[in-house]
Amino acid sequence: MVVDQLDDTGIDRLFQALADPTRRDIVRRVTLGEYSVSGLAALYAMSFAAVQKHVAVLERASLVSKEKRGREQIVRGNHEGLQSVRRLLDEYEEIWRQRAARIADILAEEPKNN
Amino acid sequence: MTVISTTTNPETLSLTLVAEFDADVERVWQVWEDPRQLERWWGPPGYPATFEKHEFTPGGEAGYYMTTPEGEKPRGWWRFTRIERPHRLELDDGFADENGSPVEEMGAGHVVVTLEDLAGRTRMTVLSTFDSEEQMTQMLEMGMEEGMKEAAGQIDSVLASHAHA
Repeated sequence: MVVDQLDDTGIDRLFQALADPTRRDIVRRVTLGEYSVSGLAALYAMSFAAVQKHVAVLERASLVSKEKRGREQIVRGNHEGLQSVRRLLDEYEEIWRQRAARIADILAEEPKNN
Repeated sequence: MTVISTTTNPETLSLTLVAEFDADVERVWQVWEDPRQLERWWGPPGYPATFEKHEFTPGGEAGYYMTTPEGEKPRGWWRFTRIERPHRLELDDGFADENGSPVEEMGAGHVVVTLEDLAGRTRMTVLSTFDSEEQMTQMLEMGMEEGMKEAAGQIDSVLASHAHA
């Protein structure tokens, strides 16, 4: 995945993928070390199929990658995907920094009588 | 320096910005309360915002559009969920269609603004999340806050070493 060329669909996918606490927890875990899908399924009060579905959403958003090893499917974090989330947040941060600077400019003007 | 700190967390999709202004709390509150002042800072240069609706009361809604250099007018909506003049303001925000109706599938973000008095100056903290507050609260209750912080730090170091690889 070329992170510099994330299109709107890619961005939507990323944000939707992370808008769920279970999926965020999966991302957190597999970024620190690899897990099998069944190993992940054992951690949550939901079915294997449900966890598999969460992993598929994360995989489509390029946040994790999955690889077959014997009978197991091994999930690990995709650093490029996470990096693009950080990049989006950095852009958002810059938007807010500029907003704060513009507020300061407005406040520096002559006091108005309202 | 206006902006004191910013913190982003990719796992909670959240941004916290702390800024300090040389004006009292009442004055800073006005830049949110008065739509004419609000539209002077909300949009970036070249993308002016126009607030057509600004019901500044709990449960009230705001509707605005930005005008792009190409002449397009993307729209957004706000819903004020909490207003405690002049110290705290909370709102949900999202994208709107050309009629100003929320585009549901795009979801909603949540913004919490607090203003603190620093002996005549004002500290403004903006917490912006791309997720529901309920989910965030749930996570904090599950005691994951520390784990999240730690994981975020680890992600950063992983990303840093990856970048140098």
